[in-house]
Amino acid sequence: MPRLSYRKALTRALTDEMTRDESVFLLGEDIRVGASNVTPGLLKRFGPDRVLDTPLSEQAFTSFATGAALAGLRPVVEFQIPSLLFLVFEQIVNHAHKFPMMTGGQCSVPVTYLVPGSGSRTGWAGQHSDHPYSLFAHVGIVTVVPATPADAYGLLASAIRHDDPVVVFAPAAALEVRDDVDFATLAPVPLGRGVVRRAGDDVTVVAVGHLVHDALAVAEELADQVSVEVFDPRTIYPFDLDGLLDSVSRTGRLVVVDDSNRSCGIAAEIITSVLERVPLVAPPRRVTRPDGAVLPFAPVLDRAVQPGREQLTAAIQLTMKDRS
Amino acid sequence: MTDADPARLYRTVRLIRRFEERAIALVRSGHIVGGIHPYLGQEGIAAGVCAALDAGDLVTGTHRGHGHVLAKGADPARMMAELCGRETGLNRGRGGSMHAADLSIGVLGANAIVGASPAILTGAVWAHRQRGNPVVGASFFGDGAVNEGMLLEAFNLAALWRVPVLLVCENNGYATTMPVAGAVAGTITGRAEAFGIPAVVVDGQDPEAVRQVTAAAVARMRDGGGPELVEARTYRFDAHHTFEHAVRLAYRTPQEVADGRSRDPVDIQGARLSPADREAVDAEVETTLDAAVAFALAGPEPDPAGALDHLYASGLTARGGS
Ligand SMILES: Cc1ncc(C[n+]2csc(CCOP(=O)(O)OP(=O)(O)O)c2C)c(N)n1
Ligand SMILES: [Mg+2]
Repeated sequence: MPRLSYRKALTRALTDEMTRDESVFLLGEDIRVGASNVTPGLLKRFGPDRVLDTPLSEQAFTSFATGAALAGLRPVVEFQIPSLLFLVFEQIVNHAHKFPMMTGGQCSVPVTYLVPGSGSRTGWAGQHSDHPYSLFAHVGIVTVVPATPADAYGLLASAIRHDDPVVVFAPAAALEVRDDVDFATLAPVPLGRGVVRRAGDDVTVVAVGHLVHDALAVAEELADQVSVEVFDPRTIYPFDLDGLLDSVSRTGRLVVVDDSNRSCGIAAEIITSVLERVPLVAPPRRVTRPDGAVLPFAPVLDRAVQPGREQLTAAIQLTMKDRS
Repeated sequence: MTDADPARLYRTVRLIRRFEERAIALVRSGHIVGGIHPYLGQEGIAAGVCAALDAGDLVTGTHRGHGHVLAKGADPARMMAELCGRETGLNRGRGGSMHAADLSIGVLGANAIVGASPAILTGAVWAHRQRGNPVVGASFFGDGAVNEGMLLEAFNLAALWRVPVLLVCENNGYATTMPVAGAVAGTITGRAEAFGIPAVVVDGQDPEAVRQVTAAAVARMRDGGGPELVEARTYRFDAHHTFEHAVRLAYRTPQEVADGRSRDPVDIQGARLSPADREAVDAEVETTLDAAVAFALAGPEPDPAGALDHLYASGLTARGGS
């Protein structure tokens, strides 16, 4: 079976969707040459009217995409840096997201915001290492964080086809993941549907994005002590609560590993939503970035601030000892 | 294509004037909650610009947006119903004064984030043209918007990609209480010129002057020209917002207001009609607005069970709050 990298899966999804639907076009910074290595070759294939290099005007080109969507196109906006989303939060939230409601259903705004390389990039420090997917979940924008190449393909394709704005976070730590993939099976992955990555009986670990791989590794390491089920929500908002409840009602224990800042991060929401519905046999735990995290430059500090395998291992072990 | 009939232009100006006066009365009577930003005194700008546009062209407006929406041809009855928060409103009561929109006639909405809409309009006009529909657009914004970075980014993008949008700055001298002199370094036209965008100043109190300037710009834009800017000098006759009726804010002298009000676009355009024609238009406008107010007040309020309707165009449903 051929190997597919996460990054190439994104390229492939863009190519397939642009081929399938003429209304899909791309815009962003340095995308014609493909500086982020997701869009190379697309200019040649689809021409300059469908692959637009923008000036460094994130706010204007984000709203330009809103306008183009109102006029019937399906823009995909690439952001070079996750932290740029803070610049365009206004344009996405106040306009793209609010237009359907404010107009009483007169329009749709099918824009995809693609962030190839979200979260820590190791050594890029404070202003390039944010992972603000919980922020978008909070305002109610469809938000996906694919973990695998097949999901990167499938969730990006679904995002482009979706009639509301969707933010696609492609974690930097997942971009180099490669999987054996039968290309014929690549297909859109439904938004809002999670998946059990590893079956287990004792505890459910919800892992977001690149952390799915860490959770799977930890589950293997602990396999002789505890049977860990790993649940990958894939979409952060809307969250597949039913899928997770299926798992948690079997295991009775819940640990969430989430690369958000702790306060108001998606882990808090996941835990609360579960506790509102089912009792657990032990208190739930979460492994996250600290409150208000700014990722420090030095690699040891950068790692210290990110949720990692050691903390996850500890959280699982504590949860197994605890009883409610 | 542009509509040079003085009576039609007068009708639009008069319609907006009387619509606003009736809306203020409805604010006072409690039928419009939250108040409005009256367009009184500035009617000639929306009327003049939209008279030079075609039905398929696009506009975006501002928080002071009733005139833009009406001038582009929205139904005054559904517009008034929107202000009153009724299910029969343009936006089914989901938008209100500051977000009134009618996409079916090219009104991509009043927009209450100052300076935000020109970039949206630029993208929409560009996309229509990509799809073989050669529309132009006009985006209205106030003098307060010219200090928003977002607006200047939009100037650059429109000019760079030669997107035919008319950038209409309604310079009424104030952003709320902040005078232009206290806020704008350089000039408004100079901002456009810095991006290679042709810019002119026009007397915003003269609807026909605005129409002519717009018609010329639109002709150039239809001919392949890029964006242009019109700075329409105007004066806001009334409060920034109706809340100001209750709290008198001392930022304009009575003399200044009186001077400003002396050049009234309704009278300037009205003088171009015979008294009999003017009376006939006035009477028809009153009839239209009588019906509009009656329609608005007769409309049902939206069902609270539908408070989350249209949050998502995709049909996604959001969890409720309890
Ligand atoms: C970005 C932004 N900042 C502040 C406000 C609050 N606000 C609403 S209207 C207004 C004044 C706008 O002045 P101007 O653009 O000149 O328009 P005018 O009210 O004079 O028509 C302000 C400050 C806002 N709505 N949006
Ligand atoms: Mg002003």
